[in-house]
Amino acid sequence: MAEPILALKDVRKSYAVGLSTETEVLHGIDLELESGGFVALVGPSGSGKSTLLNIIGLLDRPTSGELAIAGRKTSELDDAQITHLRGHRIGFVFQSHLLISAFTALENVMMPMVVSRGHVTEAIEARGRHLLDRMGIAQFANNGALNMSGGQQQRVAVARALAMQPDLILADEPTGNLDSKSAEVVFTLMREENARSGTSFLIVTHNMDLARRCDRIITVVDGRIGGSPE
Amino acid sequence: MMRWLSFVWIGALRFLGEGRLQTGFIVGGITIGVAVIVFMSAMLAGLEANFIKRVLTSQAQIQLLPPNQIARPLRNGSSEIEDAIVQRPSQRVISIDQWQAIAHRMEALPAVRAVAASMTGSALAIRGDASRSVSVVGIQPESYLKVVRLSDYIVAGQLRLTSDDILIGTDLARDLGASLGDKIIVSSNGGARRTLTVTALFDLGNKGANQRNTYVALRTAQSLLGVLGGVTEIGLTINNIYDAENIAREIESSNAVEADSWIKTNAQFFTAVQAQKYTNTLIRLFVGLSVAFGIAAVLVVSVIQRSKDIGILRAMGATRGQILRLFLLQGGLLGFAGSLGGSVLGAAALVYWHSMARQADGSELFPLIIEPSLFVATALLATLTGVAAAMAPALRASRLDPVEAIRG
Ligand SMILES: Nc1ncnc2c1ncn2[C@@H]1O[C@H](COP(=O)(O)OP(=O)(O)OP(=O)(O)O)[C@@H](O)[C@H]1O
Ligand SMILES: [Mg+2]
Repeated sequence: MAEPILALKDVRKSYAVGLSTETEVLHGIDLELESGGFVALVGPSGSGKSTLLNIIGLLDRPTSGELAIAGRKTSELDDAQITHLRGHRIGFVFQSHLLISAFTALENVMMPMVVSRGHVTEAIEARGRHLLDRMGIAQFANNGALNMSGGQQQRVAVARALAMQPDLILADEPTGNLDSKSAEVVFTLMREENARSGTSFLIVTHNMDLARRCDRIITVVDGRIGGSPE
Repeated sequence: MMRWLSFVWIGALRFLGEGRLQTGFIVGGITIGVAVIVFMSAMLAGLEANFIKRVLTSQAQIQLLPPNQIARPLRNGSSEIEDAIVQRPSQRVISIDQWQAIAHRMEALPAVRAVAASMTGSALAIRGDASRSVSVVGIQPESYLKVVRLSDYIVAGQLRLTSDDILIGTDLARDLGASLGDKIIVSSNGGARRTLTVTALFDLGNKGANQRNTYVALRTAQSLLGVLGGVTEIGLTINNIYDAENIAREIESSNAVEADSWIKTNAQFFTAVQAQKYTNTLIRLFVGLSVAFGIAAVLVVSVIQRSKDIGILRAMGATRGQILRLFLLQGGLLGFAGSLGGSVLGAAALVYWHSMARQADGSELFPLIIEPSLFVATALLATLTGVAAAMAPALRASRLDPVEAIRG
C-alpha cells in the first residue's frame, strides 16, 4: 500500500447545543486513505459524513484527535498555514455546485489558482480552458456561472477542484442534485481524472450503485466508522 | 479575464458589477454628496478670492497713518470725570512726521515689495453751478500703482497725472456733468483753488467711492491742502498678504505711525468667511458621515448576500486578509466612483451657477476657480471614507466561518 494521503486518529467533534450542553457528533474516527484512491463515504442521513468531510477538508477543526494530510499534522498549524494547505492540497466539490455567480465558468475554474498566485497569468488561463475542455464544456467558458444546466455547473465545479492539482478531492454528494444521466457523466469524469492524474477522491454519496464502482467504501453510522460492507 | 489585475481587484470589480442596482444607488448617493461639497467649497473659495482681489486692488495692503490722536475724558486727579464730552481732534490735515525716513525704512524691509506715499484731504469739486464735496487723493502714479491697482478701474481716458490733471469717478462725472477733457475747479477748505483737467474716469464698483474719490498729482494735493512736502498716508504692498497683520504690528512697534492691515480693516469680512468655513466644515463632516453609513449599509448587506461566495473562496484557499481587502477595496471603489461623479456634477453645477448668478452691476458673482487640487483632495477623502466605512463589513466577511457560510 502507498503512503497514506490522509490519516485520522481518534478524531472527535462536538457541537455546542444551547448554552451548556454539547453533543458529540463524531465519536473517535480512525481512518487512513491511501494515495491515489477513489473512495466512497456512505451512511444514513445525520450520521456525520459532512462533518467528517469538513474536518478532513480543513474547513473545520476537530474537537480532539489528530488529522494528518500528506504526513503533516494539522493540529500544529496556524490559521494561515491551514488555509495554504487547504488551497494547495485539497479540492472541493459541493452538493449544490456552489459556483460564484459573479464570475464566468472559466473564472470560477481559474479562481483557486488566482487566489494562490495573486493575479491572472496566461498559464492560469490556459489551464482553466484546458480543464473545461477535459470536462467537455469548453464552449461554456464565458457563460455566467449560473447560465448552465446543473450537470454542466457540477462539471465546472469538478474542473475547479482539479485546478490546483490537489492531492485529495473531497466531494459531498456531487451527484445528489443531478438526474441519473448527468450524475453518470460527472462520476465518470471524476473516475477518469483519478486514473489519469492519481488524485485521490473521497466522495460522499447516497447512490449505492456509484459507491460500488469505487475502489473502497467507508461506512459512517452514528459518528463511527462502520467498515466496508464488501 | 482581466490579466495582471490582482485577485482582490477582480473580485471587488465583479462583485460590484454583479450588484449593479445596489452599486448604482450608492454611487448615486455619494455623487450627490460629493457634488454638494465640491460646489460649496469652490464657490466659497471663489467668493473669498473675488473679495480679496477687490479689496487688494483698491486699497493698500498696509496703510501707515499719522499716530491717532485719541481724545480722552478730562479727569480731575481722582476718578471723577470733569468733562465727559469727548471730541475728536479737528479735521485738519496732519502729515506723517518724517515720512520720507519712514518710507525709506519700509523699502528696506524684506517683507515689503512696494511703498507709495499719498496725501488725502477733502475739498469741493465745482463745475458750473454744480458742486460736490470730494476727497482729493494726491499720488505719485509710478509708485502708487504698485500699491493700488487704479489702472484696473479706468473705464475712459488715460491714466496721466500732470500737476493740472484729475481723475474722477463715473458717478461724480455724471453729477457734475463733466466728461473727459473738461475742466473742473477744486477748492479746499483752506481756500486754495485749482482748475484741473479730467484725464480719466474710473469705476471702483462702488457708487460712494465713485462719487467721492478723486486722484491728483501728489504736489497738487499738497498745495491744495496746504501741507507742502507732507503726506497723510504711506501704503505698502507686501509679499505674503496673509502676513499683513503681523507686519503691521511690527511696523507700529518701531515707528511713530499707526499701521492698519487690510485684514484688520476688513475684519468683518474675515469673521464672515471664518463662520462660513466653519459651516462648510460641518456640512462636509455630515455629508461624509452619511456617505460612510451608506457605504457600510450596502456592504453589510453584500456580505450577507455573498456569504456563500466568501465560504467558497475561503475553501479554495483565499486568506482572511484577501477577503478583508476584497471588501475594503469595494468600499474604496464606491467612494472613488462617487467622487468622480460628484466632481463632474459639482463642476457642472458650478459652471451653470457661475453663468447665472450675477452681481447688481452684471459682473460675475464669483470667479470660476476650478482647482484640480480640490478634486484630488475630494477623491482621496471619498476613497478613504469608503475604505473606512468598509472596515466593519470587511472584518465581518473575513471572520466568516467557511463551514457556516457554505451551509448557508
Ligand atoms: N453546526 C452544527 N451545530 C450543531 N449540530 C450540528 C451542526 N452541524 C451538524 N450537526 C449535527 O451533526 C450531525 C451530523 O451532521 P452531518 O451534516 O455531518 O450529517 P450527514 O451525514 O452529512 O447527513 P446528510 O446525509 O443528511 O447530509 C447531525 O445530527 C447534525 O444535526
Ligand atoms: Mg451531508
